[in-house]
Amino acid sequence: MKVTILQFPGTNCEYDTEHAFKSLGADTEILWHKSQSVPSDTDLLVVAGGFSYGDYLRSGAIAKFSPVMKAVINYANNGGKVLGICNGFQVLTEAGLLPGALKRNESLHFLSKHHTLKVVNNDNIFLKELNKDDVLNVPIAHHDGNYYIDEDGLKELYANNQVLLKYCDEKGNEKNPNGSVDSIAGICNKEKNVFGLMPHPERAMEKILGSDDGVKMLQGFFKA
Amino acid sequence: MMKAIVNVFLKAGVLDAQGKAVHHALTSLHFNNVSNVRVGKQIIFSLDEKDEKKAMTAVTKMCEELLANTVIEDYTIELIK
Repeated sequence: MKVTILQFPGTNCEYDTEHAFKSLGADTEILWHKSQSVPSDTDLLVVAGGFSYGDYLRSGAIAKFSPVMKAVINYANNGGKVLGICNGFQVLTEAGLLPGALKRNESLHFLSKHHTLKVVNNDNIFLKELNKDDVLNVPIAHHDGNYYIDEDGLKELYANNQVLLKYCDEKGNEKNPNGSVDSIAGICNKEKNVFGLMPHPERAMEKILGSDDGVKMLQGFFKA
Repeated sequence: MMKAIVNVFLKAGVLDAQGKAVHHALTSLHFNNVSNVRVGKQIIFSLDEKDEKKAMTAVTKMCEELLANTVIEDYTIELIK
């Protein structure tokens, strides 16, 4: 299993992400955004979190024009598996690989805390190790995590089981920290090979750090 | 040379949390006759182009590709000769 992790100027979660996937037994490579291609042995491409290009203009807006993104879009369109975490999710929506957009949190505050999430759909490679309605404890850390999609787009997401995760309380009741439409925390594309979520599973890999619920999430990619 | 002024705002119907906060602050300063506050951004630049039509086409393309995220934002373009 080879995981390639994208690094833009301002990315800051690439080493956590690398550590997380290494701890699960993957080979990893951090790929600088100037690269024109995705390594051919890549099994999973991760767009890591952070603040690519300082979030200038909009989160992810400049990163989508980085040299590597053409290759990433090709890779995804050919069925390659792509996971965008936090800023990575923002980059993937800006690049048009995932529907919708991420707006400023409704409270206007930067949120950095553990939050519980509910598994909405698990018929995809990412969350197949989990059960529907499982409640996970995973950190969030974002200013622009307020997921927006119009009504028709939302209907389509539900119709194709593309809504993967929702914010909830500890009992699994919907609880919305940032104003996201229907408390959505993570989605995938129609083809179910491109995934995006605002929470950070790579920061929930060890009980001593508050939660190891990220293990079951990331493990999905290891079992085809 | 032409000067382009691009205004980008969240679409009507997309909640503008910053606009709401500014409205709230204005109200607490007793500016009670204010409504419909929207916070946007303005992008100003010079364009080496004489033909207004061509300039408009170019700036529209810039907006569609980069300056606005048309999933959530609308834009207006003003060209000054």
